[in-house]
Amino acid sequence: MCRLAALTSAEYISPMETILALETMKEGHDGSGMGLILKGLGGEFEDLKDYPVLSGICSEAGMKTLDSYMNKIGFKLKYTWTPKTKAIKGIKGHDNYFARVYDYPDIVKDRPEPVKEGLLLNTRLALRALGELDESIIIFAFYPDILALKEVGDPLQLGEFFGLEKSSLKAKIILAQGRQNTNYAINLYACHPFFIQGYGTMTNGENTAFVPIREFLSGRNIPGYIGYNSDSEVFCHILHYTCRQLGYPLHYYKDVITPLKQEEIDRRPDHEATSFLKMSLRPLCIDGPNCVIGFTPDGTCFMVQDSKKLRPGVVGGLNGKYGLMSEECGLDSAIPGREKSTDIFPMKYDMVIIKPDAEEVTVWNQLHG
Amino acid sequence: MEPASRLDNNHDLAVKDFPYIIRWRDDRCKRCGKCTAVCPMYSIEPAVVVKRTLHSEGSTPEPKSTRRVETIVKQTTDIGKYCTGCGTCTLVCPNEAIEPEYNPQHKFNFHKNRGGHPYRRGGRRNDPSPSTLDKLRFSRISMLTDPALDAGRHEFRIRTYLGRILPAEELPVKAVDGRLEVTKKSGTFIPPVREIYPVMIGSMSIGALSPNMWEGLAMGITYLNEVEGMPVVMCSGEGGMPQRLLKSRFIKYFIPQIASGYFGWDEIVRTIPHMVEDPCAIEIKYGQGAKPGDGGLLMAHKVLKLISEIRGVPMGVDLPSPPTHQTKYSIEEAVAKMIQSMSMAWGFRVPVYPKISGTHTAKAVLNNLIRNPYAAALSIDGDDGGTGAAYNVSMDSMGHPIASNVRECYLDLVAQGKQNELPLIAAGGVGKRGNLAANAAALFMLGASAVSIGKYIMQAAAQCFGDEYNRCNVCNLGKCPRGITTQDPRLYRRLDPDKVAERVVEVYKSLDVELKKIFAPMGRSTELPIGMSDGLSTDDPAIAERLKIKFTC
Ligand code: SF4
Ligand code: SF4
Repeated sequence: MCRLAALTSAEYISPMETILALETMKEGHDGSGMGLILKGLGGEFEDLKDYPVLSGICSEAGMKTLDSYMNKIGFKLKYTWTPKTKAIKGIKGHDNYFARVYDYPDIVKDRPEPVKEGLLLNTRLALRALGELDESIIIFAFYPDILALKEVGDPLQLGEFFGLEKSSLKAKIILAQGRQNTNYAINLYACHPFFIQGYGTMTNGENTAFVPIREFLSGRNIPGYIGYNSDSEVFCHILHYTCRQLGYPLHYYKDVITPLKQEEIDRRPDHEATSFLKMSLRPLCIDGPNCVIGFTPDGTCFMVQDSKKLRPGVVGGLNGKYGLMSEECGLDSAIPGREKSTDIFPMKYDMVIIKPDAEEVTVWNQLHG
Repeated sequence: MEPASRLDNNHDLAVKDFPYIIRWRDDRCKRCGKCTAVCPMYSIEPAVVVKRTLHSEGSTPEPKSTRRVETIVKQTTDIGKYCTGCGTCTLVCPNEAIEPEYNPQHKFNFHKNRGGHPYRRGGRRNDPSPSTLDKLRFSRISMLTDPALDAGRHEFRIRTYLGRILPAEELPVKAVDGRLEVTKKSGTFIPPVREIYPVMIGSMSIGALSPNMWEGLAMGITYLNEVEGMPVVMCSGEGGMPQRLLKSRFIKYFIPQIASGYFGWDEIVRTIPHMVEDPCAIEIKYGQGAKPGDGGLLMAHKVLKLISEIRGVPMGVDLPSPPTHQTKYSIEEAVAKMIQSMSMAWGFRVPVYPKISGTHTAKAVLNNLIRNPYAAALSIDGDDGGTGAAYNVSMDSMGHPIASNVRECYLDLVAQGKQNELPLIAAGGVGKRGNLAANAAALFMLGASAVSIGKYIMQAAAQCFGDEYNRCNVCNLGKCPRGITTQDPRLYRRLDPDKVAERVVEVYKSLDVELKKIFAPMGRSTELPIGMSDGLSTDDPAIAERLKIKFTC
């Protein structure tokens, strides 16, 4: 089972905390890759929050292609962060890992936010397309205040490889996933967490309804609903579709992926609307086994389970710092001093929602609406 | 001189030319006459033969002959009275003395056109080979990589929607204080949608079926809904429904069909003001998979009192339904009008959908319907479907198999992002070889939202004799030996409606278990696996390529 470790905090924290949590939860061989997504960046990025960050990996040739493309569009490089990599046995590595902060091209500078977001997405897709065939350019995210880092290998060794222990890289929300060894064909685009326009998720388990979900999302004609190298990428796009495209409040994500029975919906105060959702979004219903952890653009974090609750998952912490983990020992490692009796194990109807800055935890119950 | 042909019977047919040869055992027969009395075709008759035996007594041969007249059971070689192989004679024989045997070398199709009349019959395509559906397997098993679902323990919801579903972008909902509300004033037309069990009983009319058969099915359906909580629905077929049912609350489990003869619709329309519930849906029949382009015919001898009342016609007249709707001159206009009129009749509260026969042009119909906001679904009936009466040539040589037809329609919807808006109902050969759950599940995974069954339920619930070796298939003659497709009380009193109803319930309950047994290891429980084509495979590369599924060997 893939391991999930997420932390949300009022203070900036190091990604090593989530990596150590992954290490605690490790069972058996676990080297098919690790992904990190950081949101609410600190350190050098703290003063650059309004500028988009391009996270990815390039070969030497890919770097040149990328530079010339970004110049052509008019993005101006403001700052570059690269991990100080160190050779570790067993990790092959790539030429260049980077998180580059850009200033917007002049023509969009004063345009409204959606226009800018559209440009960022299209640029990411264009760069991905430029380097996909020869794997010279791999882009994970291009968005303000978001940094993504992914590589194949054991999570702890990767932490060392990227020099994260000594790095000043910090953030308020960190999602980390260690991939289990059932995933053989290792493609970094298949590596969780996934991100699109402010929404990020990671999942464990197999998405048995992947094909109909992918077909439905692909048919929405929404840029960015592509890829699907992993059956879990759709969880992120469903979140984006539900909240951003349709404008539904976050907890309807649960209603979309694990719809209630009609008899149960009929007892909800919003039953009319929820009944429509159940029908209209029927192809987005998942069947698990899946535990989904994610965040939205405002920094809200959440955890939901499939409709049978076939996966473990726990949320716990102190005011100002909460962990969302696939197993309790991971939580013990990341937040040892918490009151364990208040840990939340979300069941099949629950959606655990943590407000931005880890201010408050609520459990939304789907049956009550 | 007498012509040679008369002497050697040269222009007669030999028993060997017939599809079924009667094996009668002299040594077992007690000459009770039950078989000859029951045979619906008069294919066997009591006859006398003269037997000459030679015998010799003593130690040297001194042959003497004796002649004896004996009674036997004889099969006729009159093509009009051919043995259909139904086996009713076997059923009534107390001594297991008689049995029809299939004769693969028969020449039936060469001869069954006497008087220049082509062969007409009931039944299905006489092709016993496995259908494409039977060649599909479910091979994505998610039991080891992840905790699997347990068909016996977990909750499964085997339901589907019948009706047009609005895309989420068009729903009249908006968020108010963190909750979604329906905006009443939006003026958006919200089409009616029913939540039903995804295996429906397809259209078989009250005229085609005997009153006992229809009653048995209707009771079974009602029991499933009211007692078992399974929302199984059934289509009436052409020709209306009894007033008593139309005016009852049970009408919500039925789908009245309007077909090209419009039989029974004066009565239905007049009853609308007195109806206490809306019907589940309305089906407009444009074609039938078993006999594309062939109209319907209810023979005069089936038009007895009950039928004449329901259909609103005089008794004892032939009731032909034309092959096409006479009012239809283009799909763009006339079909839309028909759908709209039917919708309007019930105040747009009832889903209305057309049924067509499987065809290369199904996609054209589909694309027209996608753009018609009142079209509730498209039902496609493949060439393995059944019928009560048709020309043999239509049945055997016309039509399109359901598997690739439904698949290409679904993929066309996917390409337009509309696969959840217009449900596809697949029919025609579902459960042809008894694999009802597997065939239905395969069709869902190919893209059908629901399937319709006909022959399967006739065979399972009323022991219909018909098969793909042209067994029985005299449904058109009103001689149905099981009492299923006849209006002759002497025949249909054989059929106990309670037993039929009981079997309908048993069939559905076991189907439900089997569907779970397929869905569970594949990890599907909350919704139907519609379009989950990655779960399917076949060992036929051509099928795999055409259906865009995996090839396994
Ligand atoms: S099998 Fe049927 S048709 Fe043939 S002889 Fe027996 S009863 Fe008659
Ligand atoms: S048993 Fe009746 S319904 Fe079945 S094939 Fe024979 S005539 Fe037709």
